[in-house]
Amino acid sequence: METKTVQTRHAPVRYLEGGSGEPLVYMHGAGGMTPDDPILAALAARWHVYAPYLPGYGETEECGSLRDMLDFTLHTADVVTALGLKDPILVGHSMGGMIAAEMAALAPNDVTRLALIAPAGLWMDDHPIPDMFALLPYEMPKYLFHDPEAGAKLMTAGLKMDDPEFLKTYLIRNARQLGMAGKLLFPIPERGLSGRLYRITAKTVVVWGESDRMIPPVYGPAFAGAIAGARLINVPEAGHMVVLENPAAIVEAVAGIA
Amino acid sequence: MKFTWFNLMPWPYLPDDFREKNRSVWVDIDQRLFDPVKSHDVYNTYMDLLEYADTLGFDGVGVNEHHQNGYGIMPSPNIIAAGLARRTKNAALVVLGNSIALYNPPVRVAEEFAMLDCISGGRLVAGFPVGTSMDTNYCYGQIPALTREKYAEAHELIIRAWTERDPFAFNGRYNKLRHVNIWPRPIQQPHPPIHIPGGGSVETYDFCIDNTYSYSYLSFSGYIRAKALMQGYWDRVAERNTPDASPYRAGFAQTICVAETDEEAERLYSKHVHYFYNRCLHVYPGFADAPGYRTIKTIQTGALSQYAPPRGGYAELTWKDLIEGGHVIAGSPETVRQRMEDLIKGLNVGNIFCLMHVGDMPADKCMYSSRLFAEKVMPKLRGLLPECEGDGRFWCKPLERRATSGALPTEYQPSRHPEHA
Repeated sequence: METKTVQTRHAPVRYLEGGSGEPLVYMHGAGGMTPDDPILAALAARWHVYAPYLPGYGETEECGSLRDMLDFTLHTADVVTALGLKDPILVGHSMGGMIAAEMAALAPNDVTRLALIAPAGLWMDDHPIPDMFALLPYEMPKYLFHDPEAGAKLMTAGLKMDDPEFLKTYLIRNARQLGMAGKLLFPIPERGLSGRLYRITAKTVVVWGESDRMIPPVYGPAFAGAIAGARLINVPEAGHMVVLENPAAIVEAVAGIA
Repeated sequence: MKFTWFNLMPWPYLPDDFREKNRSVWVDIDQRLFDPVKSHDVYNTYMDLLEYADTLGFDGVGVNEHHQNGYGIMPSPNIIAAGLARRTKNAALVVLGNSIALYNPPVRVAEEFAMLDCISGGRLVAGFPVGTSMDTNYCYGQIPALTREKYAEAHELIIRAWTERDPFAFNGRYNKLRHVNIWPRPIQQPHPPIHIPGGGSVETYDFCIDNTYSYSYLSFSGYIRAKALMQGYWDRVAERNTPDASPYRAGFAQTICVAETDEEAERLYSKHVHYFYNRCLHVYPGFADAPGYRTIKTIQTGALSQYAPPRGGYAELTWKDLIEGGHVIAGSPETVRQRMEDLIKGLNVGNIFCLMHVGDMPADKCMYSSRLFAEKVMPKLRGLLPECEGDGRFWCKPLERRATSGALPTEYQPSRHPEHA
């Protein structure tokens, strides 16, 4: 994947680009994204992938003028436009899925193919989502992965966690990223999407890891049921980070709508 | 010097195994540990102690705001201050403060503080904290990365509400008010003095310098560990070419316990101090700092690590550690005087928030310690900052003549007025 920059009204946006074929925009979750993420390589084997970082993610500065759901949604639509794309396949994971769903609801004529991977954005009182902003780093894997031990290794792969300088940079990046994510997800990851899902006309697939303990799989039918014609695919032996644990399943699901 | 007698109002009945059985004293503390019937006595005793401090000659009595917190049963400091406004005579009412980003709309703070100032005859010292992340984000649900922007807007709105004499429209991002026109407004002009509790961010230093507000560092780790932070503030004051470095530009909170001798202090207070450091400060680290609450600039300075609790936490500290580390200033009046002098000179602070009630300290011991401080320590510290004694910018200016509460005339009696017969 190549790292490039495109300018929008709000910020210079870094994005990863790779592969060839039909354009596909991938939107990462609150944990961020790296060029080595297996999901990117897997998607790029079939499509022309554009994966923009939200401002504040990766190496980019946070953006004070993006404050609420509408700001984030329009900003991401601006990114698509700035990339010169028209009606790309939209794939969003977790927080990225929330933004993708909003884009599809806001401008149904601009989004005809939509893949939501364990998206955030709904809230059910009987199935509260854990407060990710109050979790300590070592507690994360058990919420994010089918196999927390293997997941912990995936999360820290290539990171020099015992180097104090690296750790400092890592903590600052984490604060910057989650600070931006908090605008959509804190303290409850719900910003009224349930009242707008009916507007989505895209051919939609909803994908959920069966062992998701961050946003439990019961949210899958809630999303799929609210979007006309949406298909729900449950992935066994995968958690919230199904994008790391089983990228092939995502590719197959996306192929079904693309 | 301005000495404010401060009570955090800790819940005094946290069980011995509190640390083991509970993950946090704050945010998700077990509801069942609070006993409303017992709280009736606790609240009244705590308020009695604040009133007692007024009779001892403390310059101020202090209250603050915390939510869902086992060491501070004061979600609304204004309610306590209202009681004190009536029952105290001379002390400043130091409300440190109202977390202004949490009030909707923040003119509520302008109004309530104005009421306190009017009822007390101009004795209010107003505090505007951003609020801890525990209170502001985790308990009150404010989005961390937007908290400071909301705070800044609330501040602007309150100051305008206090100082403008005609109704105005306020088109803020977080507050849209067509008719701002508070009624009542404060006695003190242009507005009551303002203290800002801070934790080491440059933005807060600048905010205080720009507005001539007093910067308060309210930590529990004592004056020795506070050196770096306060020095950062004074360096900034110098860097910004501030016209003066008056010690009243700064305040500091210090736990203080006084007895006849050092040994007696340990014997009387050690248990209660440990209650505070062991149980009351047992906060789940996941609630310490919501991402986005601190600016990236502040984190990048690396300053915060210096102010973190000691390695291993407070729970491991012995009485000796707490004394030597300056977390607690305790001992005979002479010991306390010496260390207070070190504190005042070392940090260059004119406003001292004296944490005289600690943990589960019973009222009688607290009174003993407070009286010894007021009689045998305070008078000897008063003259420490002679060159700035006249600096009244950061303290309240009460009316000369103030009403006496409970001084109604005898009731009107028709029989005494024959013209109405």
